[in-house]
Amino acid sequence: MAKPKLTPAQQKYQNKVKKAEPKPDYLRNALSAFFSGGLVCLLGQALIDFYTKVMDVPPKEAANPATATMILIGALLTGFGVFDQLAKYAGAGLAVPVTGFANSVVSAALEFREEGLIYGVCAKMFTLAGAVITFGVMTAFVFGLIHAIFH
Amino acid sequence: MGKKTGKQTYHFANPPVVISTGTVAGPFEGQGPLHADFDEILTDPRNNETTFEKAERSMLTKACQFALDHASCATTEVDLFLSGDLLNQIISSNFTAVTLGIPFLGLYGACSTAALSLGLGAMLLDGGFAGTVLTATVSHNSTAERQYRFPTEYGAQRRPYQQWTVTGAGAALLGYDRPGPKITAVTFGKVIDLGSTDPLNMGAAMAPAAADTIHQHFEDTGWDPNAFDLIVTGDLGKIGLDLCRQVLAENGLNLGENFSDCGVMIYDLQKQDVHAGGSGCAASALVTYGHLYKRFARQELNRILLVGTGSLHSTTSFQQGENIPCIAHAVRIEA
Repeated sequence: MAKPKLTPAQQKYQNKVKKAEPKPDYLRNALSAFFSGGLVCLLGQALIDFYTKVMDVPPKEAANPATATMILIGALLTGFGVFDQLAKYAGAGLAVPVTGFANSVVSAALEFREEGLIYGVCAKMFTLAGAVITFGVMTAFVFGLIHAIFH
Repeated sequence: MGKKTGKQTYHFANPPVVISTGTVAGPFEGQGPLHADFDEILTDPRNNETTFEKAERSMLTKACQFALDHASCATTEVDLFLSGDLLNQIISSNFTAVTLGIPFLGLYGACSTAALSLGLGAMLLDGGFAGTVLTATVSHNSTAERQYRFPTEYGAQRRPYQQWTVTGAGAALLGYDRPGPKITAVTFGKVIDLGSTDPLNMGAAMAPAAADTIHQHFEDTGWDPNAFDLIVTGDLGKIGLDLCRQVLAENGLNLGENFSDCGVMIYDLQKQDVHAGGSGCAASALVTYGHLYKRFARQELNRILLVGTGSLHSTTSFQQGENIPCIAHAVRIEA
């Protein structure tokens, strides 16, 4: 993935491009990600409270059904074509929580269903999420090892 | 080499006529400022087909049929069909060629296909190799996005310099002995790489190629840019158009109000949320074969230079860190 070295003419043009590219509105994006992300977390907390208080799930385990519910919501919003509309404004606020993970899996599954159940949906479902899963598993392994040695 | 002028330009001794055109636009393009100039505007982006790929080829077939019908020309009267699109192995054109049954030359020029096919078609006609040629191209937002970028329902924030792939198809029937605007010259461009690697900023990548071809056209012909009612690039978008203007000015060619871009013209950049404008094969095809062709018919235009722009990368090449090679072809059309 080494970038080819630029000639002076190429470098000169790329400097021009950098100047011409409008910058995203970082402040507005950060603020809307902060509030929409906060809203998602609030919803997650409300679900945890709901599972502990109403469904009598032990507090330590209530995060699991709450996460599953958030994934379900993310998946449904993707399926109904609403998620990408919301993400346009929310940005990282929707992408970083587990809703973003659900969206990356479901959108890929939807996109490739025309290529069949096995080679389309099942094989391509993780084209976007695959990297996240790989890093997640690797990190879990390393920290699990550290935990096992020092605990 | 009697027909070649300068380094890259060819003049036609017997200029071929654009006898008729056919256009099919997507629903979103139908909400744009040029909606009145299209033959058909789809109400469903899937066009009642089971896949977007099938929808894309159905649009291409329909646009070809419109062009043939407007000239009351049967497919059997056409010698060659020149077509290209953005999908891997240009499948939309291949399948449309099956339906039409006209001997087929598949082209790949990415978004420059409209200009490329007009130029090549005109050469075949002027060279006496064909009497009637059908040229066409197509692009679809949903098929291009998924091949080049992300699934359509994926919630990614778009960059302010990103462009929107135009859904639409355009076809033009070229021949002789009929009224219509004529193709009088073509300048085929070189592939230019000025070090762009961001596939989300296609306009910036293609601008130097457009500038190179425009500059070469005027150097070869010795003409004055003000002799044109319109010099229009294919799909540079707002940012690419500005960059192209800058590069040309640095090389001593100052273009005025008559310089624009199909990707800027096809959408309402204020109201339609397309950021820097449109892109894709259909951007220049819809604007040229729909809007500009009708303006020629209304005698509002006398002479234009269409500069089709294309970026020739693949998803593999840019993932392996390669630069984006770009091309532009210029076609001179006169009433």
